[in-house]
Parts: sequence; C-alpha cells; structure tokens
Amino acid sequence: MARHVIAPVDELPPGTRKFLEIDGRPIAVFNIKGEYFGLMNRCPHQGAALCEGPLIGLAQSSDPGEIEYTKLGEIIRCPWHGWEFDIRTGQSYCDPRRFRVKAYAAHVEPGASVVKGPYVAETVTVKVESDYVVVEL
Amino acid sequence: MASLIAGGVDCDVHPAVPHLTSLLPYLSDYWRDQVTTRGMVDLVSQSYPRNSPIVARPDWRPETGKPGESLEDMQRHVLDPFQLSYAICNPLYGVQMVFSEDLQAAFCRALNDWLVKEWLDRDPRLRGSIVIPTQSIDKAVAEIERCAQDRRFVQVLMLVMGDTPLGKRALWPIYEAAERLNLPIGIHAGSAYHNPPTAVGWGSYHIEDYVGQAQAFQTQLTSLIVEGVFVKYPRLKMVMLESGVSWISPFLWRLHKFWRGVRMETPWVDRASLEIVRSNIRFSLQPFDAPPEPETLIRLFDHMQSDELVLFSTDYPHWQFDGQDALPEGLSPDLVRKIMIDNPHATYPRLM
Repeated sequence: MARHVIAPVDELPPGTRKFLEIDGRPIAVFNIKGEYFGLMNRCPHQGAALCEGPLIGLAQSSDPGEIEYTKLGEIIRCPWHGWEFDIRTGQSYCDPRRFRVKAYAAHVEPGASVVKGPYVAETVTVKVESDYVVVEL
Repeated sequence: MASLIAGGVDCDVHPAVPHLTSLLPYLSDYWRDQVTTRGMVDLVSQSYPRNSPIVARPDWRPETGKPGESLEDMQRHVLDPFQLSYAICNPLYGVQMVFSEDLQAAFCRALNDWLVKEWLDRDPRLRGSIVIPTQSIDKAVAEIERCAQDRRFVQVLMLVMGDTPLGKRALWPIYEAAERLNLPIGIHAGSAYHNPPTAVGWGSYHIEDYVGQAQAFQTQLTSLIVEGVFVKYPRLKMVMLESGVSWISPFLWRLHKFWRGVRMETPWVDRASLEIVRSNIRFSLQPFDAPPEPETLIRLFDHMQSDELVLFSTDYPHWQFDGQDALPEGLSPDLVRKIMIDNPHATYPRLM
C-alpha cells in the first residue's frame, strides 16, 4: 500500500471532490465537512463514473411511512441507475452483500512529514510549511 | 400429465349463488324487503359471461342453472374424483360491484352465511373464504371477525381489481385482522368494475379483460410490496388466485431492478422483491399459463427459486383443463406433493 499525495488542503475545501487516476485506477477524493474520503470512481454495477453523482443522506425505515434520514451528504448516488453507496465503507444499500465499491482511506498530513516519505507525490509539489491530502492505495 | 395424489387441497373452487333471491333467507327483514320491493335483479358481472367456454367445462355445465350451483355436481366433478381432503370455496358473486357500503355489507354477510348453510354444513371437505365489503373498512373488519369464529373459514377474499391499489394504508386494518386471526388474504381475479378492467381503459372484448388480469396482479403485488404491507404484517400470507404463474419471474426481475435505483423512496422495503414473495405470497395453479413442454415448466420453477409458491387448484367449474389433467406435465412426484398437500397446509393454518 502506497500513500499518494493528491493535493494541498486548500485545493480541496469542504464540499468539493477531486478526480484523479492513480496507477491506472480512477479515484475520487471527497472533503465532507473536513473529513476526507477516497473512493474508486467506477460503479460496481455497470461501470459508471460513480463519484460524479450527487451526495445524499441515508433513508431508513422500520415502520412504513416513517423515514429516518441520517448520514447527510455521506451517500453517493450513481448518476446512471441511482444506486446508493456509503462513502465511508463503499457498501451499497440495494444489495450490500453483492455490491461494494472500493473505499480508500484519506487524511491530511503536514508537509514536514510528507517530505520525509515514503509518499508518492508525482504531480504535487510538496512544501514543508503546507498541509496535504493523502490517500492510501 | 403429472399424476394426482389423494388427500390434496383444492385451493380454488367456485360455488355459484343461483340468484340474488337465494340470499333472501340470509338477509335481515329490512334488506329482504329492500331487495323485493326495489325489484333488484341478479348481480351478474361481465367477468364470467354465462355462455363463455371458460366459464364451465362442457362436462361440468349443468342443463339448467349456473355452473357450480349444485353441491352434488361439485362432489361428483371434483371432490370425489380428485380424492380431495379439502376444497376452499371462493364465491364469485358480484357483491363487490355494489357502491352502497350498507347494501354491500348486508350482501356480504348474507353471502357468507349462505356459504356456511348451503355448502360448508353439507360437506365436511369444504372450507370457505370470507367475502368482505371493502367500501367500508370498519364493516369489512367486523365481518372478518364475525365469520372467523367459524374455523371453517380459512381465508379472506378480495378482488384483484377493487377500488384502490391493495397496498394502500387505509386497507391495513383488514390485513391486521387477517394476520391476527390466521387468515391469509386471497386475491382473486376479477373486477368490481369501479375502475376500467385494464390500466389503459375499457377494452372491447372478453379476452382483453381476461388476459389483463395478470397485469392487475402485477400492479397489486407492486403496491403491496412497496407500501410495506409485509413489513407491518410479516406473518400475513396472500394468495394470488387465478393469477397465472408464468409472469412471476420476469415481473419480479423488473420490480427488483427498478427498486434498486429508487430504494430511498420506500426505505422500509429492506429485501429483494423475490424474497418478499417467497415468504408472503402464494399462487394458485390453475389456470396454468405456461407452454406445455416439461423443460419450460422446470425452468419456470427454477426461476421462482422455490417449490413452495404454488398451491393446487382446479378452478372448478371453470374450463382450464380436461379430464383429470389438472397438473401440468413435468412436475416431479415431490413437487406434486408440495403443490397438492404441503404448500396449502403451510399457507392455511386453519386447515385442519
């Protein structure tokens, strides 16, 4: 598993996402209210660019007509067929046992530790005084 | 054809009410006078035109009267030759067409009492379905509770084309009562003719109504599943009577496919449609609407992924097969036993 530096933090403010390709894999990294999440940008259903879909909440119910709506902004909905995936775990909600999208841990590292390595930072110029978003895959 | 076995349960036979006047002894004084002084005519719907071939097998058609109105005929035609242990009577008399909730309730009550006296009391193999006045949910529940005291009522009967989609929550007190009293809900082909009998309007020919029944069953299954009836009443069984079976797998695939994309619209649906059908829905055998090749039949059952969904029925006196050929070719002896005995008993807990 390698750690990839994908952007300085100020390039990925809360509510934004960044698309990139790492080792030939399409990846998206999200900043949701200051938390970072990496996700394979390919729907396990039919291959759509999953991470281009809207972020919604999770609707659940054990009593018809009564809906509990949680995980606001943490569910990515595929733009092709509407399937929902949990951005934290990659699990689907329509068929959790069979369908899951690969999720990657992402976090912020200070530039001082990034320069020490081992990190892959092919496209990002690292400065000691800045912080960086790092994704592991 | 697969061989029948003795001791089977026929889950769909139709005793016919000879005429509206046959119900007079079972009506209150008030309603009896209303029927006679208003000059009410027999309740005949266009679901089963008397001379249509499908309405009665030629050898089951009496010289006079309605097919299915004689107990002796039913005994001679099905109860004896099929060596049945039980037959469940589903009266298809046009009481659902009545718009007045009071009159409909009076007719349903009379019809249920008629069934007890003229049929259930006269042959110990017969069991009954409770016909309910769905114009009033309160009265429907009261009728279920009244009739359920007689253990020979094993089911509540509704039409596939009544007034509303069957999943609607206004109907749920009916389902609550049915589950509480161990009564499956039988959904029978046919219409109250309060709505057009197809989703696209009124057709011109009998065949349009008849073939269209399958679409009505599909729409009702969708409604029942997505409204969450089986989340609320997980023990409730519903039996699709005279629905056909060949459409089940492609329909369920379609429902499941689209549900996966709009799951958040009905988040109480937490299982695949096929799983819900396997746990809560059953289907009567006749009219069997698949091609006659055994390989096709086996594939059909494979697609259902269960041998517990189909219940034996002759649909007496309707003409769905000849002679004793009620079971399609290609059923294994194990499956015959499931269909004729095990599945009906697992579905109808009051059958004893």
